Amino acid sequence: MHAVVAIKQVPDTSNVRIDPETGTLIREGVPAIVNPYDIHAVEAAVQLKERLGGGQVTVITMGPPKAAEALLECVEQGADRAILISDRKFGGADTLATSYVLAHTIEAINAELPVDIIFFGKQAIDGDTAQVGPGVATRLNIPLITYAVAIEEFDLAARRAVVHRRVEQGIEVLETTLPVLLTVEKEIAPVRHAPLPRLIAAARYQPETWTATSPVLFDPQQIGLKGSPTVVGKAYTPPPRSGGDVLSVADLGLDAVVARAMAVIGQAHVRDLQPVTGVVS
Amino acid sequence: MNAEQPTIPRIWVFVEQQERQVHPVSWELLGAAKRLSADLPGSVVEAVLPGHQVADLAPQAFQYGAARVYLIDNPVLEIYRNLPYAVAVSQLVKEYHPEIFLIGATTLGRDLAGSIATRVSTGLTADCTELSIDPANHILAATRPTFGGNLMATILCRRHRPQMATVRPRVLPMPEPVPDATGEVVTVAFDMREDDVPVKRLRLIRAEEQPNIEYAEVIVAGGRGMGGPEGFALLQELADALGGMVAASRPVVDAGWMDASRQVGQTGKTVRPKLYIAAGISGAVQHRVGMSGADVILAINTDPNAPIFQIATMGIVGDLYEVIPALIRQVKGQSHDGQAHL
Repeated sequence: MHAVVAIKQVPDTSNVRIDPETGTLIREGVPAIVNPYDIHAVEAAVQLKERLGGGQVTVITMGPPKAAEALLECVEQGADRAILISDRKFGGADTLATSYVLAHTIEAINAELPVDIIFFGKQAIDGDTAQVGPGVATRLNIPLITYAVAIEEFDLAARRAVVHRRVEQGIEVLETTLPVLLTVEKEIAPVRHAPLPRLIAAARYQPETWTATSPVLFDPQQIGLKGSPTVVGKAYTPPPRSGGDVLSVADLGLDAVVARAMAVIGQAHVRDLQPVTGVVS
Repeated sequence: MNAEQPTIPRIWVFVEQQERQVHPVSWELLGAAKRLSADLPGSVVEAVLPGHQVADLAPQAFQYGAARVYLIDNPVLEIYRNLPYAVAVSQLVKEYHPEIFLIGATTLGRDLAGSIATRVSTGLTADCTELSIDPANHILAATRPTFGGNLMATILCRRHRPQMATVRPRVLPMPEPVPDATGEVVTVAFDMREDDVPVKRLRLIRAEEQPNIEYAEVIVAGGRGMGGPEGFALLQELADALGGMVAASRPVVDAGWMDASRQVGQTGKTVRPKLYIAAGISGAVQHRVGMSGADVILAINTDPNAPIFQIATMGIVGDLYEVIPALIRQVKGQSHDGQAHL
């Protein structure tokens, strides 16, 4: 069994702050983490390997040299091979260009050792687009199952799997041919603590680096800014909706504050609720 | 094939239906398409309706503003699966070259949109909160929150067509339907056989009736300040009295006090109620992006500096366990006899 997991190193958006003076994003000092959903994608691949009694888990990421740290965390989790796809020429890629680079990389990996399953996190917390996984499956012309929560069956010999997928009506149970690409929810596999031997292995591990020209050649027209149909026209901090009065129960007393609150509730013109008419005693 | 004027800028909306029920986000998008059309000279608003035996849904699309419906009917489209839908819709895009293509950012729409954009090799902007036409060059300006809602970015797709965008349910207002509106149905040939589809649905395990907070008119939401799951019974009582539903912020869901289906915010649902009562919610930006479209926001928090007060119609600094029971008494008193009393 050969699983490929595509991961992304992201800024921890829960720690992103806005500079109150300039209104711009403060990037300095924001820790970089492995995208939380991707950690579960790696875990799902490692657990599938264990379940099948062997195989290889290859983790890939496109990013700056610093993203090698994220790959090492995945090696600690149990990945066997890690590839950093890193080149200034990849910079400024939107989801279409990113899906090209990842799909092209996976094709090259597949030529060395055939790939049976590809995992992505359902989305990255910095962009939240959820577009790259579907884009890669489409480029590779393989089945796509998004929002996967469980792998019920995985039959390498019969080249089929049964996967559970979260949809609005419940859980959809799908049968698919292999290879398949899954984008996963966190439930797909709970994250375990890395055992000591894995930590030692990771400490000694050096991820491979692939550039735009070596060991495989990427089409210069399809990468980076050139390969990206979308551009950011402008970026700005969201204008705050101007808030109304803030009243303190301690200062005004409960009755007075609640009376004002009822007037505000009345403004909403909610069905089955009469507008406030009386004065609260 | 397409003999009529090929230069008409077509604004397309994907009509999402499952079991012949149209997802309301499709109509919200038709409303947005209408507004875009007003700023895009000569443009037309059209709807794409794939499925099996769904022709009777076309009149609804006309009522919500489509001048034409492209009907793609094939048994392989009975249940949504990525491949047949992506192939069918991409073929149509390649035939008619729409200028703009809008899709709901639902589970289905997110699965589909990225596949279509890749097949037709164009730009796609996810989860837009605002769509407009740039007056200078008549291109789509698609604005979306990024970095967890800390930054807004306006995305442009200058040279590739269609300019694709997804929008979450309830981000845009629901338009009023025009009862006797009519339009043209274009039946589109699509020949794919079941044998060509690599994914089969074996079964659907239906969830218990999911609370659909996205379309609730009144929401009473609790945050970390609730202190535990017990207090949510109180919020439910207020919600019941107001004819609304209970929702929660992410820390509450992460702590297991409430189910994820009730989560409001960046990683939860976007809501647009007439009334949103936030109890013990500090109002991190990730929460605010999911509820700032509410008409009236009433916030209760012990911390006078809670960011939720920046956007609340009215803020109350106080103990929610004092304020909420008082509100319940008021609301119940009113709905019984129309008079407010304690």
